[in-house]
Amino acid sequence: MQADLNTILPEIVISVYAMLALLAAVYTQKDRLAGPLTYGTAGLFLVVALWIGLGGQGTSSAFGGMFVEDAFARFAKVTILLSAAAVLVMGMGYLERHKMMKFEYPLLVALSVVGMMFMVSAGDLMALYMGLELQSLALYVIAAMRRDSLRSTEAGLKYFVLGALSSGLLLYGASLVYGYAGTTLFSGIVAAAGDGLAPVGLLFGLVFVMAGLAFKISAVPFHMWTPDVYEGSPTPVTAFFATAPKVAAMALFARVLHDAFGGVSSDWSQVLVLLSVLSMFLGAIAAIGQTNIKRLMAYSSIAHMGYAMIGLAAGTALGIEAMLTYMAIYVTMNIGTFAFVLSMERDGVPVTDINALRMYAKVEPGKALALLVLLFSLAGVPPMLGFFAKLGVWQAGVDAGLFWLVTASAVASAIGAYYYLRIVYFMYFGEETQGALDENTSPVLWTMLMGAALIMVVGLAGLFGVDSAAATAAAALVN
Amino acid sequence: MDNLLSIVTFIPALAALILALFLRGDDAASARNAKWVALIATSITFLVSLFILAEFDPSNTGFQMVEERAWLMGLTYKLGVDGISVLFVMLTTFMMPLTIAASWDVKTRVKEYMIAFLVLETLMLGVFMALDLVLFYVFFEAGLIPMFLIIGIWGGKERIYASFKFFLYTFLGSVLMLVAMVAMFADAGTTDIPTLMRHSFAFDGFSILGVQIVGGLQTLLFLAFFASFAVKMPMWPVHTWLPDAHVQAPTAGSVVLAAILLKMGGYGFLRFSLPMFPVGSDVIAPLVLWMSAIAIVYTSLVALVQEDMKKLIAYSSVAHMGFVTMGIFAVNQQGVDGAIFQMISHGFISGALFLCVGVIYDRMHTREIDAYGGLVNRMPAYALIFMFFTMANVGLPGTSGFVGEFLTLMGIFKVNTWVAAVAALGVILSAGYALWLYRRVVFGDLIKESLKTISDMTTREKAIFAPLVVMTLLLGVYPSLVTDIISPSVEALVSNYHTALLDAGTAAAALAQSH
Repeated sequence: MQADLNTILPEIVISVYAMLALLAAVYTQKDRLAGPLTYGTAGLFLVVALWIGLGGQGTSSAFGGMFVEDAFARFAKVTILLSAAAVLVMGMGYLERHKMMKFEYPLLVALSVVGMMFMVSAGDLMALYMGLELQSLALYVIAAMRRDSLRSTEAGLKYFVLGALSSGLLLYGASLVYGYAGTTLFSGIVAAAGDGLAPVGLLFGLVFVMAGLAFKISAVPFHMWTPDVYEGSPTPVTAFFATAPKVAAMALFARVLHDAFGGVSSDWSQVLVLLSVLSMFLGAIAAIGQTNIKRLMAYSSIAHMGYAMIGLAAGTALGIEAMLTYMAIYVTMNIGTFAFVLSMERDGVPVTDINALRMYAKVEPGKALALLVLLFSLAGVPPMLGFFAKLGVWQAGVDAGLFWLVTASAVASAIGAYYYLRIVYFMYFGEETQGALDENTSPVLWTMLMGAALIMVVGLAGLFGVDSAAATAAAALVN
Repeated sequence: MDNLLSIVTFIPALAALILALFLRGDDAASARNAKWVALIATSITFLVSLFILAEFDPSNTGFQMVEERAWLMGLTYKLGVDGISVLFVMLTTFMMPLTIAASWDVKTRVKEYMIAFLVLETLMLGVFMALDLVLFYVFFEAGLIPMFLIIGIWGGKERIYASFKFFLYTFLGSVLMLVAMVAMFADAGTTDIPTLMRHSFAFDGFSILGVQIVGGLQTLLFLAFFASFAVKMPMWPVHTWLPDAHVQAPTAGSVVLAAILLKMGGYGFLRFSLPMFPVGSDVIAPLVLWMSAIAIVYTSLVALVQEDMKKLIAYSSVAHMGFVTMGIFAVNQQGVDGAIFQMISHGFISGALFLCVGVIYDRMHTREIDAYGGLVNRMPAYALIFMFFTMANVGLPGTSGFVGEFLTLMGIFKVNTWVAAVAALGVILSAGYALWLYRRVVFGDLIKESLKTISDMTTREKAIFAPLVVMTLLLGVYPSLVTDIISPSVEALVSNYHTALLDAGTAAAALAQSH
């Protein structure tokens, strides 16, 4: 018991912190504590990330295999914690300016992060579901955080209803899997699935579980909620949706497929190929007509999940490594881009129309250049890191013989380049039509934007050890 | 110096960084400083690059001055030059100071303009030196970003359409090449170009969806690379982005595009397609030859009816690139020598022609041929220089244009007489459109009111043309300057190609016998 608790100590620390802070805030100064709590939560994330990243060793499991702590989980957790910390700090100025600073916000984020940490360490269908729901419930609430806004409540409700549906699918699939495998433990399922000859009922269950997970990473055809939720939620919340939960869900996807269904990879690989192709093309084509940058980023994230799924579909250690590297780079790009979106205001009112960016390069050349770097990186144009992310998953895909998938994704990436280019075009050679945006960038946003852009270029000299960490993580998952 | 190539490659990028970080302000003084920094940096690059030429040993057909360092994701940062690439490096460093000097009158956002050109130079040099597949791709693709901005920011009226068309066309072509590169890595286990040139890719045919693929993997890889290089070249029928890009780009942008960027396609065929996929090349070559012949005749005819001077020269570029692809895929000494010669010479000539258009465009702000006429009366020096480059474009003996066209035609004649006959028509047509253009712009009476006050070329403009005239003439009367450097490498390339084909033929025959 003692050893079990020791294994999940980081999660316990964050949970206890969240609850104590909640009580403290309720009984004392309420929303006036929101600022300190935001910094406190972000600081805690940072500390825990360092603790897990530097302190974790080897593989251990707790509670009879329900919770697995290995290099893979550590990689995902560090990425989740760091990105959540960045997003929290980044969104604070925005929330304060628009009177949305509630003390519950950082604490709900903390709780959802605990959920994510459980997800990526899940070794059992029950643990998986618990983590997933803890994460999702917190996310539903913060999506609807702006109670007086129709859009925000709509987003929250939509997310909740569709999320509940997908949870239902997942649970149904889990019950089938349990029925045919006789256990909910991943180690038991993998034994029941055997080597390539799984009972049909088990595969049926697998497909439902995959549908539920595909919803969480907003893969087509389970993506419908994404643009609306991204648009309706307050921008800091959108930034959060686009980063940490995506990493967690992707890692969970990999965990389930490899730990529980590793023997039948040829069965799930086809499903992933389909999801991946559809996501890439829908993400590339549907974003072309968007002028709202939040919706545009929603489609962009759908497309990016498609690319990352190539790594999953490969079903190899190389694929997992490429997927993890992809997610780390993707998260960095999105943090930078959302730092910019958060700073888009005119006369103190948030602007999300990309037409407002016309000739922005003349007003603020530095920020425009940073966004240009990030956009080209998102489009996968070398020499930015986004290109190397794509190269990695393509290598894994070709290595696994998925030539058609990789070729299709190449075509999709060329189509998708259009809408990123369009923003560059607005910034650098569009015509001025409206008043310029405010020049009120907070130092935090500026640092995040410039930092992310700089990483995209400097990363060319070396990936800061992310690639080797991802390789270790992949080796821990696939063996 | 061990890292001479890196130094040459990154001097312009360093200058761009200095401009970006330390040059402040929007006034005339800072614009002047930006111009001088760019001019000095590109000139230094050219001077240092002369060391490459001095150190280069033509008799060695391998890669020289090789630098190798470990890079991320198991790739290597590897640079080197051989007889095929060294002259492209020289062409780039030679043209860039002239381009910067030609942009002296740029008024808007001068600092950004110079940064874009400096970054572009680094990337172009990298393309010709890279000896790692992915490194090559990074340089190759990254060049799209500054060019997109150059066309988009400093271009003409339809610049937005042209810049998007330019970017998306070339980007789509190149991502397919990237997929092929990934496949090559999976097959050969390395991205090192010299190793890949020795690697033999599978060529036994298979069928996809019922379509029999002759030449198997090699043909598919060839086609993927072809998608990229044919667009870049550009070859008929995927040339349509070029006239738009040329017309809309500022003068200096057109010069870089015509003189250097187009050469990347031809260079790519020589560096990748022929040595790495000989069987694939052999399968597709007849198609490429006919496409080239069609390109030469068709685009020459299109050039005849153009009303915009830049568009006319752009179409003439496509036609001249047709000679290049034809020479390359003849795969014999004369053909390939001629193709490389044609590319170098076209770099000087088409660059100069776009500069000629720029000279009168700066004065009259129109490129309509009908807006001119009788310029010889007021601009004798201009008339002379324009005449010289028109003749070079036509391929008059004594200019470098003649040598390239003659060698490629000779090469192709040995392989396919019909293609040679059709292509020779292009020589006649090129005389037609070039001389007609010259007559309409320069000769005749000066009747247009607006032209009555036009002034002749300034000293700066003459100084820009002088080196180009010298090079065109020098290579025209003494082509050995180029062929001595390239011939040994080309000989090795051609003989390796035919040996590989012979081996493949033997292997196929043995396979057929055993069945």
